[in-house]
Amino acid sequence: MDGRILILGAGHAGGTAAALLRQQGWNGPVTLLGEEPVAPYQRPPLSKAWLKGEADAASLALRPETFYAEHHIALRLGARAERIVRGEAGGEVQLEGGEVLAYDRLIVATGSRARRIPLPGLDLEGVMELRTAADADRLKAALRPGAKLAVVGGGYIGLEAAASARTLGAEAVVIELQPRLLARVAHEVLSAFVHDYHRARGVSFELAAGVDALEGEGGRVAAVRLSDGRTIACDAALIGVGAVPNQELAQAAGLTCDGGVVVDLRACTSDPCIYAIGDCTRRPLPLYGCMGRLESVPNALEQAKQAVADLCGTKPPTPETPWFWSDQFDLKLQIAGLPLDVVRTLVRGEPSTARFAVFHLNADDKVQAVEAINAAPEFMAGRQLIASRRPVQPAKLQDISISMKEVAA
Amino acid sequence: MAKITYIEFNGTEHVVDVKPGLTVMEGAVKNNVPGIDADCGGACACATCHVYVDPAWTEKTGTPSAMEESMLDFAEAVEPNSRLSCQIKVTDALDGLSVRMPESQH
Ligand SMILES: Cc1cc2nc3c(=O)[nH]c(=O)nc-3n(C[C@H](O)[C@H](O)[C@H](O)COP(=O)(O)OP(=O)(O)OC[C@H]3O[C@@H](n4cnc5c(N)ncnc54)[C@H](O)[C@@H]3O)c2cc1C
Ligand code: FES
Repeated sequence: MDGRILILGAGHAGGTAAALLRQQGWNGPVTLLGEEPVAPYQRPPLSKAWLKGEADAASLALRPETFYAEHHIALRLGARAERIVRGEAGGEVQLEGGEVLAYDRLIVATGSRARRIPLPGLDLEGVMELRTAADADRLKAALRPGAKLAVVGGGYIGLEAAASARTLGAEAVVIELQPRLLARVAHEVLSAFVHDYHRARGVSFELAAGVDALEGEGGRVAAVRLSDGRTIACDAALIGVGAVPNQELAQAAGLTCDGGVVVDLRACTSDPCIYAIGDCTRRPLPLYGCMGRLESVPNALEQAKQAVADLCGTKPPTPETPWFWSDQFDLKLQIAGLPLDVVRTLVRGEPSTARFAVFHLNADDKVQAVEAINAAPEFMAGRQLIASRRPVQPAKLQDISISMKEVAA
Repeated sequence: MAKITYIEFNGTEHVVDVKPGLTVMEGAVKNNVPGIDADCGGACACATCHVYVDPAWTEKTGTPSAMEESMLDFAEAVEPNSRLSCQIKVTDALDGLSVRMPESQH
């Protein structure tokens, strides 16, 4: 427990791993290296509470500024790694500018970045993406009352940004290529509900609408041109069309990558001296018997724990059911599991009451995934049922007069 | 500042000064007190910030919201004094508060 650990990427996963290493008694030098100029912070509020002005910058920080020095964690911010050079038992990382940092163990925690689509006009002022605190600052500045935000992409981040924009008195229009919102990640019932809920609160939508270009006036974005030729005027445009893993450095160093750095359940890569955690990884999903890439805080935390437990020889964490949350207006969405091998879906509760859940069952009536709207019991019990692999009785599950406690019993 | 004592499941005590306005969860996480995971960062979405409030303090820490109540309902090892620590705002009136942590948050 006294080798040199270098953590490449000072985001949610990397920052957590550094803190856990000290908590678990690692004595050797720990260096936390990050390209962003700020210490590790939470991204979820950037499109939610923080964007709406309900949380301040200090509350975003994972730990207070003094924490790193107090725990002898060398925090190197504003420093970009350019190359990983692997050796026999350790290696080194070369930074932009030429500096070299040696490691005995490396943890790759480079996260993901906003996907870029080739659109004319992306370089216009007022065209944004939302991944970092700096992005969020720019977006917040654009959301003046009365300003009009065009969101390209009807995924979670885009919808959260649209809801926050409305809360701040700005106009919002969401443009989505698919015929429904959240098409890749949610059930139709949920898509339809979210669509109606946002519309009733002043968000407008263009569904099944391709985007051809962003148009500008004097170097500033002024409209989004759709593929059917129509233009939608706007003062700012947020492109939210998914994320891609930052796996390039790992790949160039010869680590196995496949839409993410491939790791095992100890978060170990194909090099026994190198771990990888968080959004940049492709990991085993033991509940589903397959590999997958997850983009969520719970996943970043679980993998940080796996890596640290393996390094420190402590107890590995309890396996986590993948899960995620989203806040839009006063709605709380909680989603657990993955809708794989689903043969039927059941809705518990009435969408019109803004309190319901969609359960995805496999051929054995086992819950594979649950999507809950303002329905904490359904989410919590659903998550437990996914982990326990106990089959449910569909009739009971659909009967809201029977409590989730009883359904799950 | 409010002095808060966090007691790990194994009995280890951590006494921390927490700024009013933060939550009891933030007081632990920002000071690297182990035992509170707070996966959702305080969104009342995860129930991994479960604590037992010292019975002498349950009145001062208030009553849980309906959302918190239903999250707690499904947490492990829940007791009448169970709370989600991200839902307890620290005020000067909580100076001296003590909370115990469960064996596991997962
Ligand atoms: C707006 C928004 C809302 C979200 N909402 C939710 C939510 O509600 N719930 C949820 O569970 N998840 C949410 N997420 C996802 C969640 O934030 C991520 O899953 C999480 O941040 C992943 O942590 P990470 O450490 O893997 O990556 P990141 O937090 O992205 O950190 C990676 C870090 O590595 C740095 N880096 C990359 N390459 C280099 C290099 N070569 N040299 C140096 N540094 C480098 C990056 O600059 C970055 O700081 C949201 C994300 C965003 C952007
Ligand atoms: S931190 Fe998630 S519920 Fe308290």
